[in-house]
Amino acid sequence: MQDLHLNPNIGSENIEQEPTRKGYGEGVVEFGASDERVMVLTGDLAGSTQVLEFGKKFPNRFVEVGIAEQNMMGIAAGLALSGKVPFVSSYATFSPGRSWDQLRVSVCYSEANVKVAGAHTGISVGPDGATHQALEDIAITRVLPNLTVVVPCDYIQTKQATIALGKMVGPAYFRFAREKTSIMTTVKTPFEIGKAQIFREGTDVVIIGSGPVLYNGLLAAIELEKEGISVMVVNNHTIKPIDSETIIAAAKKCGAVVTLEEHQIMGGAGSAVAEVLAQNYPVPIEMVGVIDHFGESGEPNELIEKYGMGKDSVIIAINKVLSRK
Amino acid sequence: MIKLTLEELKYKANDIRKDIIEMLLEAKSGHSAGPLDMADVFAALYFYVMNHDPKNPQWAERDRFVLSAGHIAPVLYATLAEAGYFPKEELKTLRKLGTRLHGHPHRGALPGIETSSGPLAQGTSQAIGMALALRMDHSRSRVFCVTGDGELNEGQCWEAFMFAGKNKLHNLTFIVDRNNIQIDGYTEDVMPLEPLRDKFEAFNFHVIEVDGHNVRAIIDACNEAKAVFEKPTVIIAHTIAGKGVDFMEGRFEWHGIPPGAQDVSGAPDKKEQGRIAIEEIRTLRGQIKGEHE
Repeated sequence: MQDLHLNPNIGSENIEQEPTRKGYGEGVVEFGASDERVMVLTGDLAGSTQVLEFGKKFPNRFVEVGIAEQNMMGIAAGLALSGKVPFVSSYATFSPGRSWDQLRVSVCYSEANVKVAGAHTGISVGPDGATHQALEDIAITRVLPNLTVVVPCDYIQTKQATIALGKMVGPAYFRFAREKTSIMTTVKTPFEIGKAQIFREGTDVVIIGSGPVLYNGLLAAIELEKEGISVMVVNNHTIKPIDSETIIAAAKKCGAVVTLEEHQIMGGAGSAVAEVLAQNYPVPIEMVGVIDHFGESGEPNELIEKYGMGKDSVIIAINKVLSRK
Repeated sequence: MIKLTLEELKYKANDIRKDIIEMLLEAKSGHSAGPLDMADVFAALYFYVMNHDPKNPQWAERDRFVLSAGHIAPVLYATLAEAGYFPKEELKTLRKLGTRLHGHPHRGALPGIETSSGPLAQGTSQAIGMALALRMDHSRSRVFCVTGDGELNEGQCWEAFMFAGKNKLHNLTFIVDRNNIQIDGYTEDVMPLEPLRDKFEAFNFHVIEVDGHNVRAIIDACNEAKAVFEKPTVIIAHTIAGKGVDFMEGRFEWHGIPPGAQDVSGAPDKKEQGRIAIEEIRTLRGQIKGEHE
């Protein structure tokens, strides 16, 4: 197994935390400094999508579009078709939520080199409530031809993904969270689009998860190890094109799968895993995520628990899937 | 760079109209009214106004053309073929399996197609993105974007116009096909646009209204736009839907159907529609012998 140089503090109460969106803000600045074609567009959300610094450093390449997500996506397509590398920055509920048709036709159908950054995803957006908690964005993006879809697991990986997707030629969507989340990787951890990462080896069951909530999978694995259950954990950061090879190999090795995501289980990252396994190597699967429900206001950790994506929910899912083996 | 004379442009528009009817008859589906009424504008753009090279469609210094009203694709395809972007014989493949001439334009499928379009208003924002990029790169190229009038029902258009006005995109010219029809009826019944000029002026546009069948006036308007540096320009081209075919002119029923497909009140029997349409166009309704080709 490749050494991923993961954070040695995984499982410790002192694990470092940063919001993934901060990784985006730093990533576009770093990438923007290296490539003059890079532009950032925002729809009156420069602060909360963390692109103010880019705007200060590169004012001529920063476009304030106002609260007009459809126009923003279309302008980005026009810029991309003219040789620029635009990053579209907004909340995922608005973009691609409100601009899906523009993403579909202006960007994906034309293969315009646009990078769509969806902030404030997952139920952990918290107090703003259901309207601002994107729980459908993976479903509506991964269905689009030509589009790469990435869900980085932490702050460091978000920065890596921002730069990697910027260098890649082609349309991409990637999402981040509002709150600070546990940092599972380190700057030495490699990141490759389309290559899932085995965060933890195991033989009884594999958790295949996406996004910061994967940390709850790691916590569950650590706890179950004490009970003699060997849990493999895979960070499936690229939803599309999905790493079928790693997923099938993990299913063969463990014979049971739990998927984990901060998204509706219908059409989300877990569904993508299920599609791969159903067609190649069917094994029992339990899916952890939001089950056909809108969110609500509350503290992020309260919401994660209430909607069944905490460590205990993962353990319940593991026990259930083991009973079906 | 192609520059035809005014007389030649009139005939070129006529050739484009004839191509459109022939394509639609072959395809047995598609839109008639809009493509026919924009033939004069397209002739003026591609055979006089725009800087472009059919032999080098990706020429960096070309002017960009964005068809936002993707459903009038037949007029774009006919014009591109007339200009030499691809063989005219290929026009007969419109909408057929394996064609490069899709029902609505697909960027990359065919030389000269800058964007994919169909869902209305999307071209307006893309044209802005292109104009912004060209300005950033200190390019002298201009962007022309054709929209329908019914298309202006879409909110995205007005998001785009607000942005173009704010950013003084003077290298960008919108041309509105003001033919007064959309699928369900006359525009002022479906969703009134008037006072349209005032709307654009309120969005900080330089507004020019022209007879959309007067090639000289269209060219003059495009030249006037070049001389305006503080605002984007919109040319409201007043056109007659279905221009050139008497039984189609001014009738919203012909928005989305081809000749020969169905009987329409006030029109000839469907078996005769195609022949009559071609004859009327070819001879400019008997004004000429139709031997100019």
